[in-house]
Amino acid sequence: MWAALEILSQANFWAATIRIATPLIFGVLGALLCERAGVLNLGIEGIFVAGAMSGWLAVYLGLPLWGGVLVAALVGALFGLIHGVLTVPLGLSQHVTGIGVTLLATSIAYFGYRVAFPNVGTPPRIDAFPPLDLPLLRDVPFLGPILGQQTAFTLLAFACVIVLALVLARTPLGLALRAVGDNPEAVEAQGLSVVGLRIGAVMAGSALMALGGAFLTLSAFNAFYFGMINGRGWVCIALTVFASWRPGKALLGALLFGALDAYQLRLQTITGGAVPSQIFLMLPYLFSIAALVLLARRADYPRALMKPYFKGQR
Amino acid sequence: MIRFVPRERTPVWLTLAVSVGAGLVALLLTAIPLALSGAPVLQAFWLMVEGAAGSGFAFAETLTRATPLIFTGLAVAVAFRAKLWNIGAEGQLYAGALATVALGAGMLELPPALLVPVVLVGAAVAGAALLLVPVFFKMRFGADEVVVTLLLNFVVLLFVQMMLEGPMKDEMALGWPQSAPVLDEATLPKLVPGLRLHGGLVLAVVCAIGLHVLITRTVWGFRIRAVGENARAARYAGLPVGKAMALVGLLSGGLAGLAGASEVAGLKGYLTADLSPGFGYAGIVVATLANLSPLGVIPAAVFIAAVFVGADSMSRAIGVSNYLADLVVALSLLCVMVGGLLIRFRIVRVRRETA
Repeated sequence: MWAALEILSQANFWAATIRIATPLIFGVLGALLCERAGVLNLGIEGIFVAGAMSGWLAVYLGLPLWGGVLVAALVGALFGLIHGVLTVPLGLSQHVTGIGVTLLATSIAYFGYRVAFPNVGTPPRIDAFPPLDLPLLRDVPFLGPILGQQTAFTLLAFACVIVLALVLARTPLGLALRAVGDNPEAVEAQGLSVVGLRIGAVMAGSALMALGGAFLTLSAFNAFYFGMINGRGWVCIALTVFASWRPGKALLGALLFGALDAYQLRLQTITGGAVPSQIFLMLPYLFSIAALVLLARRADYPRALMKPYFKGQR
Repeated sequence: MIRFVPRERTPVWLTLAVSVGAGLVALLLTAIPLALSGAPVLQAFWLMVEGAAGSGFAFAETLTRATPLIFTGLAVAVAFRAKLWNIGAEGQLYAGALATVALGAGMLELPPALLVPVVLVGAAVAGAALLLVPVFFKMRFGADEVVVTLLLNFVVLLFVQMMLEGPMKDEMALGWPQSAPVLDEATLPKLVPGLRLHGGLVLAVVCAIGLHVLITRTVWGFRIRAVGENARAARYAGLPVGKAMALVGLLSGGLAGLAGASEVAGLKGYLTADLSPGFGYAGIVVATLANLSPLGVIPAAVFIAAVFVGADSMSRAIGVSNYLADLVVALSLLCVMVGGLLIRFRIVRVRRETA
């Protein structure tokens, strides 16, 4: 019992929490940006895969690490463009299109990886982002070791939270984005393009999602594995409801999820195999479902979410 | 400037043409990455066709692969008809497979005439029960069923792994995590000696016909369609929306559960955690290709199965990754959705209105 509590005092645990949360921060920010503009993007799972694979491959082929990050973002935006064009001007089902984008992005990434590496036993590796070495923070007790284990990529995630929160809350662009997910008629009446805003939001959101994938191959690990995303994208969709579409709460939700995941990993070692490991591995998924179910009633969905908008038509 | 004008009615030939055309366009688009990868494009496609339908044996293999896809395709079709976005057919398939092994691998000792139906019903009930949970969450709490069914897929797969490493592990399997084999009395009969084709295919076709009759000819079918068209109007008209949704959940989950039973009791003989290479997700593509028509699911499943079987065979012959099949499948889905616009709308050119 004491050992279960003692986990919480380990710097290692908190470092792992942040590391697990980082891709989810990108994912939830991306999902909430799309949904704030009125578009559900279930392409997220596949965009994670494509971001992980393309960012890693770019670095493997010689680009610097930040170049890989950029490539991943561009690839994400490209899949976002596909999802946006199919769901916004063409008004196709956002659910089914999203699943289609996930299947497409996943299969392109897997096929591309197999073309580049037809038959290798162990996945090739790159030199991933190094841990931060902050001159002053290093010596702060507890906090120092936690932050010292993170990489610059994690800082980018925190920066994205702040930037997205400011853009959504404080800028005319943010106002237009929120309005286009709540009341597209009003946006149109302002002379703004509903289609342009929505596609733009989906592209930017998808780029963020791809960064979540790229974090896994460029920072958390240093190689690409099949099946490495393993539902992380879907979890982000659930966490978006938990975050009630706010960047600050998205950070909180991702950290909470990261803590739970890091905790169950450590609990597994404590119980020493007395409880099957799968029980622990189920917890994060069950937590996401529970959060979704409990908060669904109170959730303040963007009012025009999943409602296609056609000019001059009510 | 072009405009979409809703069609009053759609000619049948157009629906067919869109599905076939989408499949062809998907194959054409696949040629791009195939050419970029440096593979001989025409030879690769020819090898795929040959591998899927070049001989009686090859085609039997395609039909064997189509069997679970018919079940999951039907599961998705009936759910999507009612706008119940069940993305959890994969998990429901595993629930059915688990029930098949639980009932059919020695727990019950019955003659085949009894045990086979018991196993099938058990699998259907397991799949249905798994889907009824998110349906309940949706109706009671308004929780989005897409995310819940998706996440349950991962939970179920972990549960299967847990059972296969624990209580259901076959001690004779040399440490490999697999279940004990199902009894001969619970095994679905082979259709042709020497081929892998099994009774699951017959059952799948019967289910497709049954579902077609149910949806087009019965009151409940009408209610399911009405709920899908406009749930609010259906409720206003006094239709039992909750019951219709529960029925859809039962049917959809049950059919997906049967996919698991058919694979275990008809083909593999035991359960492993890699029983399904994504049959549940491919079911979404099958159902969409079929325009959600139960009878259309059969040819759509055969097409998707042919892509998988053909790609496997092509991959063995010239070493191009069989992930190409997943690419064709994904592109087919997107193409048929775009094509579906032609089914629902007429596209007319209008002159730009001046303000």
